[in-house]
Amino acid sequence: MAPLVSAIDRSQKIASSRSFRGWWLIACLVLLFATFAVWNPTAVLSSYNIQNIIGDASTLLIVAVGMTFVVATAGIDLSVGSVLIFSQITAAQAMILAGGDGWTSTAIGVIVSVLCGAFWGLINGIMIARLRIPALIATLGTLGMAGGIALLMTNGINIRSGIPDQLTLTIGAGRLFGVLPIVSLISLAVVVVAAFSLSKTRFGLHVMGVGSNATALARTGIDVPAVQIRVYVISGACAGLGAVIDLARFSTTTIGAYSTLSLEAIAAVVIGGTSLFGGIASIVGAVIGVFIPAVLRNGFVIAGVPSFWQQIAVGAILVLAVYLDQRRR
Amino acid sequence: MTVALRARGIVKRFGAIEALRNVDFEVSLGEVVALVGDNGAGKSTLTKILVGANKPDAGTIEFGGREVTFHNPSEARDAGLEIVYQDLALAPHLEPAENFFLGRELYRGGRWGKAIGLLDRATMRKIAMEAFQALNVNLKAQTCRVSDLSGGQQQGVAVARAAHWASQVLFLDEPTAALGVRQKAGVVDLIRRVRDRGLGIVLISHDLPEVIEIADRIHVLRHGETARVFNRGDTDTMGLVAAITGAS
Repeated sequence: MAPLVSAIDRSQKIASSRSFRGWWLIACLVLLFATFAVWNPTAVLSSYNIQNIIGDASTLLIVAVGMTFVVATAGIDLSVGSVLIFSQITAAQAMILAGGDGWTSTAIGVIVSVLCGAFWGLINGIMIARLRIPALIATLGTLGMAGGIALLMTNGINIRSGIPDQLTLTIGAGRLFGVLPIVSLISLAVVVVAAFSLSKTRFGLHVMGVGSNATALARTGIDVPAVQIRVYVISGACAGLGAVIDLARFSTTTIGAYSTLSLEAIAAVVIGGTSLFGGIASIVGAVIGVFIPAVLRNGFVIAGVPSFWQQIAVGAILVLAVYLDQRRR
Repeated sequence: MTVALRARGIVKRFGAIEALRNVDFEVSLGEVVALVGDNGAGKSTLTKILVGANKPDAGTIEFGGREVTFHNPSEARDAGLEIVYQDLALAPHLEPAENFFLGRELYRGGRWGKAIGLLDRATMRKIAMEAFQALNVNLKAQTCRVSDLSGGQQQGVAVARAAHWASQVLFLDEPTAALGVRQKAGVVDLIRRVRDRGLGIVLISHDLPEVIEIADRIHVLRHGETARVFNRGDTDTMGLVAAITGAS
């Protein structure tokens, strides 16, 4: 009885599908950081500066984590910037209504923000999975709608007062043991839960499967639209959480600050090795993808290089990262 | 032989077109029945009705001796019917074992593990590997992506998965169409082994020499009707072509 397949069929090296393939990315990040550190060790290696880099990245980090789930299904979410602003304004107004200071209104703010994000994600998901509107168009639509409603609610003026001190001082400026910024710990927790969920659970498997071959999953009886809806809800909820983190750090809403958030998040996700065609995704990669531009920006500021160069460099890195990744596959 | 699946007087219309007219069809356990016919003869329509993806306008389906109505493919699957689609129904980025268990995942960590869907990859790999080996589908690595496998290996994974989960009847839609000669022989071998385990197999194929080689019976459809049913050895390629085209 001849074996169905012999070794001759495929002599190529077989890579494990689950192992993290982004070690070279980590190496890039370390190299980048080391270069700047050598340039100006006192400024770059100060704990203040490192905390700054990590703190500044916390919102984008959370949004990029949510985006990774979407992109893993071969989807895209352009709405996160507006959804973030919408959630932030709604949360700020809810906290003011709840009486301003106090843990109760803080909790209300966090919950409202995350729910608002999840709500827009649900709308995205339903349009994409049930109404079969292409993700690019559906989320472009909600980008406009959520952003427009946010401006209507505020006349375009940021809410600067009435944010509870508990949110801004205790969480936003707070440090665990005096060193670890609480907002960074929150984003770290999101990263850990997301990485676990994507790589170890049935949901993560189905997310990858939808991106890989949605028809195949549907034929095994898996509810593909339900998986799709969930990834957009996750992305929206992450934007909502990012919104409240932002509110905590700046004690003001940040209208106008996030017009390119979705593109930054997608860039981070793709630099991290997640395929825009779905089926291949890495949360750890997305984290690196967030920090490479962040370190670059920070280093350029310290080195006194005009910030426009950072845009150019990140653009080039994005293209280079995808090119190298294509070649490796 | 025990009849596993029997359809009687199946009629299916699409508007004015009668895709199936009064078709009787049956497959027994441990038997390979080939379903052949020209394009548009009604093979896919009949298959879709048998696996619950379409509803007939008239006729009855008996499964395990009882009349049944499958409202969707999931119900048919739960009853022990599996189908391997022509375009490989595998997710190329997932492991063979993950594909094997798609939609039927195993969990570890007890009740909490099940609640969060914590995958038991080790056990899934072990069971899938055993199932592949039992059918002589040899994979070099369990932890590769399906897309790293050859076409023959991929078809092997798809067939072995379906054979593992099917308890009654396995439908194979053009299982060798995309394969080279040697890989084709491997899949034909695999089909025999699956049949020898006692499953009924419905083989939808255009490859007439292959059909003659492995089918115990050959059911020929023409213009939505049963043209002929041949038993093994009753016909050759020319006879089959004649029945398919209506020249006989």
